[in-house]
Amino acid sequence: MDLLNAIVALTNFVIVPAVSYGSQLALGALGVTLIYGILRFSNFAHGDTMAFGAMVTILFTWWFQGMGLTLGPLPTALLALPFGIAVTALLLIGTDRVVYRFYREQKAKPVILVIVSLGVMFIMNGIVRFIIGPDDQQFADGARFIVSARDFKEWSGLDEGLAIKTSQGLTVITTIIAVALLFWFLNRTRTGKSMRAYSDNEDLALLSGINPERVVMYTWLIVAALTTVAGVLYGLDKSFKPFTYFQLLLPIFASAIVGGLGSPLGAIAGGFVIAFSEVTITYAWKKVLGYLLPDALEPSGLVQLLSTDYKFAVSFVILLIVLLFRPTGLFRGKSV
Amino acid sequence: MKKLLMATAAMALTTSAAYAEDVKLGILIGFTGPIESLTEAMASGAELAMKEVTDSGAFMDGSSVTGVRADTGCIDNGLSTSNAERLIADGVAGIIGGDCSGVTGAILQNVAIPNGMVMISPSATSPGLSTVEDNDLFFRTAPSDAREGQVMAEILMDKGIKSIALTYTNNDYGKGLADAIKTSFEAAGGEVTIMAAHEDGKADYSAEVGALAAAGGDILVVAGYLDQGGLGIIKSALDTGAFDTFGLPGGMIGDSLPENVGPDLNGSFGQIAGSGGEGIEKLTEMAGSAFDATSPYTPESYDAAALFMFAMQAAKSTDPAAYGPKILEVANAPGEKIYPGELAKGLKIIAEGGDIDYVGASAVELIGPGESAGSYREIEVKDGKNETVNFR
Repeated sequence: MDLLNAIVALTNFVIVPAVSYGSQLALGALGVTLIYGILRFSNFAHGDTMAFGAMVTILFTWWFQGMGLTLGPLPTALLALPFGIAVTALLLIGTDRVVYRFYREQKAKPVILVIVSLGVMFIMNGIVRFIIGPDDQQFADGARFIVSARDFKEWSGLDEGLAIKTSQGLTVITTIIAVALLFWFLNRTRTGKSMRAYSDNEDLALLSGINPERVVMYTWLIVAALTTVAGVLYGLDKSFKPFTYFQLLLPIFASAIVGGLGSPLGAIAGGFVIAFSEVTITYAWKKVLGYLLPDALEPSGLVQLLSTDYKFAVSFVILLIVLLFRPTGLFRGKSV
Repeated sequence: MKKLLMATAAMALTTSAAYAEDVKLGILIGFTGPIESLTEAMASGAELAMKEVTDSGAFMDGSSVTGVRADTGCIDNGLSTSNAERLIADGVAGIIGGDCSGVTGAILQNVAIPNGMVMISPSATSPGLSTVEDNDLFFRTAPSDAREGQVMAEILMDKGIKSIALTYTNNDYGKGLADAIKTSFEAAGGEVTIMAAHEDGKADYSAEVGALAAAGGDILVVAGYLDQGGLGIIKSALDTGAFDTFGLPGGMIGDSLPENVGPDLNGSFGQIAGSGGEGIEKLTEMAGSAFDATSPYTPESYDAAALFMFAMQAAKSTDPAAYGPKILEVANAPGEKIYPGELAKGLKIIAEGGDIDYVGASAVELIGPGESAGSYREIEVKDGKNETVNFR
């Protein structure tokens, strides 16, 4: 019984939140890694692109809710998601035409593109705040829980409850679908193969007749889909506030770099590594150990490695360790 | 330069002269930021007192009083000091404010003391402000959190709660209040399993709630802000089933909390500075539908404005150096008790040389360095509403 309680407590406070957070980071890191692999720069505007995609989706969600259109137990935001992706794609391709293409034709150094993306970030940041404001926005509807803590306690008779929110379940399922689609696209379709060829060796790809502008456009389309999905899932699961997306930039970049920049598989692994480290290192293990250890050994302190204040520091430290000892990341991406 | 000096000297003469004038009082509270949902009613409360006095015609030979609103952002020291300086440049005779403890200390140190301006805060409650060197320029109609800590410990003990987890918003107010609750509760024989800070304005509080849940406790006491991290902590704790009942100190009491959290909040309880009886009933009646007089710190704001005007009447001057020392006199016994709606009566008694004991809407009784002795409303959330169940 104690063992079961320990497992449930651990699942409830560590595994479930870390898996959903990890999925959101993985989706974000995939976008960063794609841009790095194909367009060859670190896109600082990524967090705010997520905020923009989520914002458009929220506006459509409100419109649908206003018309009485819902998906029953599922959030209406899912219905609005394709529209959000479409508008975000327009924005990204527009930005590319107006801003990035100019620097690409100049063959600008990556560091210049990074600074350019910083400027784009501030503008997107401003657009989002201008349209929807800096405050929290509520747009989740439908059933709130797949399993609620109270029901689980009654059903199992355990002392510990287990809660799985609909948004957490959705996050994981959507991430799996998105990642599967992406890998199928990159490995099986002609366009996907040409994107990988362009990423591996730009000159050879050009010689073999691949149209670079086309590759760039497809990349932005995929990035629009990934960022919007990640942004909406994060907003559904936590809350939508433009500033928090900007804060997400650090863990997302940490995920991409830990996994190896340019490696899609690495981005996913990196997302989960960062999420699990953040959650487990700041978790107070007192309760779980209390169930597992005999009474005499029960810890009196909290058994917490780091106070939760230092959550963001964890991604920093992992980033540093990886850069020092394995600069190419876990999956042998490009070195930074 | 000479002309300017003469002009200012002439201005100074006119302000102290005893004929009808327009007296300005600054209302310097956080119209934006973490307690923005409370400040509208607070400002309306203060302005109601000013209107009442102006309409009476009994104030300093028929002078009128108007409020000048300015924003502190609640947690923005730069904004609040620059706005305080603006108010002084505008020629206010006194400042009602600040609201949150951190900015109140900043305004006091950087603007009020250098300019010799009197401040009466309706809502700054940090115990640190009791001992600050204020040159007798700082008063508050809100009690210190040290008192709130005692009240909360009493309520917890009465409910038979033996252990609590405690989280606070990471600033002067949160830390001071959390320390006070911990000290009082432990002195009464309770156990505090964990005392952890949380940051405002984050999207995700699951890590914080995980640590709090691991430490355990009968209930979770959240010394935070209802529009900010406090709300996030409660939502996350309910989602994960970590805690069902919450202890809600002053910063968490407001109508928006039960609305945002929903029925799961029913049964949670707390307290907020405020009093029952004649004073608050009269103020509620006077406010009518214009604003909610029972909203937190609104009676205190009305009282802060009233104290300024009584003290000026007693000193026959709007000069802070002259009326400042009179504030304790008009607030405390002996004298005729004055309630909301009776400001004209109080002004007349003072004008005739009598003495008043201002009770006001929040049972004003200033103790020690000029802060409210502190009566509290005990709140319980019932059917999605904050209900006052007791007074302490």
